Amino acid sequence: MPIKVLRGLLLPVVALLLSGCSTVLMSPSGDVAVQQRDLIITSVLLMLVIIVPVILLTLLFAWRYRASNKKATYEPDWDHSTMLELLIWSAPLLIIIALGAVTWVSTHKLDPYRPLDRISAGRPVPAGIKPLIVDVVALDWKWLFIYPEQGIATINEVAAPVDRPIEFRITASTVMNSFFVPALAGQIYAMPGMQTTLQAVINKPGDFEGFSANYSGAGFSHMRFTFRGLSNADFDQWVAKAKAGDELSRNAYLQLAKPSENNPVHRYASVDPGLFKAILNECVEPGSICMDEMTMSDAQRAAHPPAQEEDADMSAMPMAHPH
Amino acid sequence: MFDQPLSKLIFGRLTWDAIPFHEPILLWTFVAVALGGAALLGALTWFRLWGYLWREWFTSIDHKKIGIMYMVLGMVMLLRGFSDAIMMRIQQALSFGDSTGFLPPHHYDQIFTAHGVIMIFFVAMPMVTGLMNFVVPLQIGARDVSFPFLNNFSFWMTTAGAVLIMMSLFVGEFARTGWLAYPPLSGIAQSPDVGVDYYIWGLQIAGVGTLLSGVNLITTIIKMRAPGMNLMKMPIFTWTSLCTNVLIVAAFPVLTAVLVLLSLDRYIDTNFFTTTLGGNAMMYVNLIWIWGHPEVYILILPAFGIFSEVVSTFSRKKLFGYASMVYATVVITVLAYLVWLHHFFTMGSGASVNSFFGITTMIISIPTGAKIFNWLFTMYRGRIEFEVPMLWTIGFMITFVIGGMTGVMLAIPPADFALHNSLFLVAHFHNVIIGGVLFGLFAGINFWFPKAFGFRLDPFWGKVSFWLWLVGFYFAFMPLYVLGLMGVTRRMSHFDDPSLQIWFEIAAFGAFLIALGIAAMLIQFYVSFRNREALRDHTGDPWGARTLEWSTSSPPPAYNFAFTPVVHDNDAWWQMKSHNYQRPTDGFIPIHMPKNTGAGIILAGICTVFGFAMIWHMWLVAAVSFATLLVVAIGHTFNYKRDFHIPADEVTQVETTRTELLANHV
Repeated sequence: MPIKVLRGLLLPVVALLLSGCSTVLMSPSGDVAVQQRDLIITSVLLMLVIIVPVILLTLLFAWRYRASNKKATYEPDWDHSTMLELLIWSAPLLIIIALGAVTWVSTHKLDPYRPLDRISAGRPVPAGIKPLIVDVVALDWKWLFIYPEQGIATINEVAAPVDRPIEFRITASTVMNSFFVPALAGQIYAMPGMQTTLQAVINKPGDFEGFSANYSGAGFSHMRFTFRGLSNADFDQWVAKAKAGDELSRNAYLQLAKPSENNPVHRYASVDPGLFKAILNECVEPGSICMDEMTMSDAQRAAHPPAQEEDADMSAMPMAHPH
Repeated sequence: MFDQPLSKLIFGRLTWDAIPFHEPILLWTFVAVALGGAALLGALTWFRLWGYLWREWFTSIDHKKIGIMYMVLGMVMLLRGFSDAIMMRIQQALSFGDSTGFLPPHHYDQIFTAHGVIMIFFVAMPMVTGLMNFVVPLQIGARDVSFPFLNNFSFWMTTAGAVLIMMSLFVGEFARTGWLAYPPLSGIAQSPDVGVDYYIWGLQIAGVGTLLSGVNLITTIIKMRAPGMNLMKMPIFTWTSLCTNVLIVAAFPVLTAVLVLLSLDRYIDTNFFTTTLGGNAMMYVNLIWIWGHPEVYILILPAFGIFSEVVSTFSRKKLFGYASMVYATVVITVLAYLVWLHHFFTMGSGASVNSFFGITTMIISIPTGAKIFNWLFTMYRGRIEFEVPMLWTIGFMITFVIGGMTGVMLAIPPADFALHNSLFLVAHFHNVIIGGVLFGLFAGINFWFPKAFGFRLDPFWGKVSFWLWLVGFYFAFMPLYVLGLMGVTRRMSHFDDPSLQIWFEIAAFGAFLIALGIAAMLIQFYVSFRNREALRDHTGDPWGARTLEWSTSSPPPAYNFAFTPVVHDNDAWWQMKSHNYQRPTDGFIPIHMPKNTGAGIILAGICTVFGFAMIWHMWLVAAVSFATLLVVAIGHTFNYKRDFHIPADEVTQVETTRTELLANHV
């Protein structure tokens, strides 16, 4: 029976492993995602060192020590062995020490905030190359990409030249989303009123799927975009194409920010220069106070209480009545 | 508030529009539930069972009956939670390209939220609490828990929460936020409807029950152990129960607090978790996971305890490494509080913070690994009998290590950036919750059923159910691992890429196998009840087991033990048996016992009304029900008729009957 069970269990596992290899996470196109893939594989191999023997031993012991097998040794009171105890605590411990070291190093190396130091294995970032800045806004339920250098903006499509580092600065308009292009790099949350950063680079030209990986309401399933890896010339052309579009003013943004689904790709030739900062501080709407100004004025008020007449009276009171 | 018309104060925002007449799926479900419910109520009336139920069950403060009621609640809610699951699997298998499946996002989003909430809070929690309630006092040689009335009240509060969640199906709607209701999505601006309010009040009311039950069981284990049972002689299941209840008492107040803050945001426009005026939604995510991560250990630790009891019983061998098992449990309990941030590495904390939480998470796998090895070496040189509980245990050992491995993968922050929120994650936590918690509960149900009801469960249908669940699990969740590696994210109601469909179809097939497994389990209950005479356990010890609960009759008498046993070993009953223990047959004295009371069910009923009124903004009803709640609760403290004595004659009679039974059957 265990041989049959074993085969029954292993076959689908092998099939799964084979089908898993061709998936986007296992054969990505950006250097960050490649390193994350390598990390996944390393950790699995390390753990299989202990998982496979455990599964095999479970089946073996279940078979060998079945009640009907009277030939097997039976020791009903054997419940302790210092050697074995040491072994069963230290074996997982050693694996975890190895994995822990890998974790510490890789987490720092692949910190999404850390500027890239290589384009791909063995190719450091050339001196003088600055990352392409892309401001990302998760809206209900579409993606807005603003290119401050190029002065353009797009909806549901984002492009970057192959082998140039990209710095995504990410926020959201109302609810939490997660910015994820599996072929390019791991995800990071897009949160209203906050900015996260993702450093990445694409190594192959092509169109790749991007989407929100954090449920954000009714239109979530269709909150998808295309990430395009382009040659330098194609990228310039792509920018030029956008230059033929219309303008993303604050009013246009307020219209755009209203909930909608399945938005087609749209390109804007120019963008209100303070727009991203205003979105981040939730003050696009005329007359609203920006969060950073509010916190700054709060801080100032706390540090230097205004010397108004009323306040002067108030502060005089404790002098007159010490309690 | 007071300038509103009276009808508004009474009915709040509840109108006929809240009843989903326009949604055929819900309407037909409602018709079916109403007919089934009416049939059940009719049958209860016809067979004149109301009085019996009220006297013997609803008002009972007997920990055994309360434990059984918890299990019934968990089973009923499992059917609801699983209906949600299979609807999701069908929707995702159908909804490709031009087809949008049979559920619009509005409905689908409620279903995945309800599925998570129900499975964790109203299936896993009641079943775990139920088993602890039933088994722990018997295992430690006690006559009941420390606070018997509180126990009854806790059960009914949990039930009240479940009732509110079920009501959302037919009156209004449930939350469309995911099972942890992250703001800003769950805030009043994004979710103005009653869904999130159902979520909040359902969990708050059930949470009172969970917390009180935790206090109760800790006190019971600390104060009521039989003489001789020092901490290192407690059965492992009692140890894991103790640790779980410590976790409950320390973690659930955090959930209560965070839901209070969310309610304040929703009800009186505070700004704890809004993005404006200084609020911060990240705080909610941190707080809810400070409860949420211990919660998964709250569920899995008792399951570990069950496996420990089962594996040594059916290997006919002492548990290997008792002391290291205890230390492993305690280490897990402590570490459970140091890992919460691994649920949101992608929020953008610094690399050092992320690696700290990643590494603490991995460290948990060391004691867990040690436990697995201890079970393995308990089987080594044993005489293993493949009874149904043992099958679940072996199925668990093989399945759980795979879930453990994928869990450690997710604990590496950069790998998590790629796998977070994907179907890989969904596969992982179902791998450990089904393969760990649920398999453990099913092992426990098959193991302790004869103790609770006096007859064993039919092994044939038990095995059918086991194989269907096991195979169904692999079919349902292995494709999800693959889909996760394909970068498919969770909670999607529609897909564009047709190449994914085959994997969802395999997963749906797995879900159908699990449905058959559940059906086999229900058949198992029915067949066992029908053949109960053939399956009868006369000895009280049908498995040749090792701990004190098996020294009593099946089912045990109301007072559990006529005389409190004295313990010399952690396998107390095994040790007693091997020393030719003789049951006392005379010299019985009256036994002091607590008395039944209806206060628990009445208070919980009022709480349900209060919760419903708060959800629908029925301010007048809320005020009146809250005042009533206080009056009844205070009134109950004046009830001094709380105890009675079982006369010595009655004890003698019960024990003599058992002596005769044993003489005839051993």
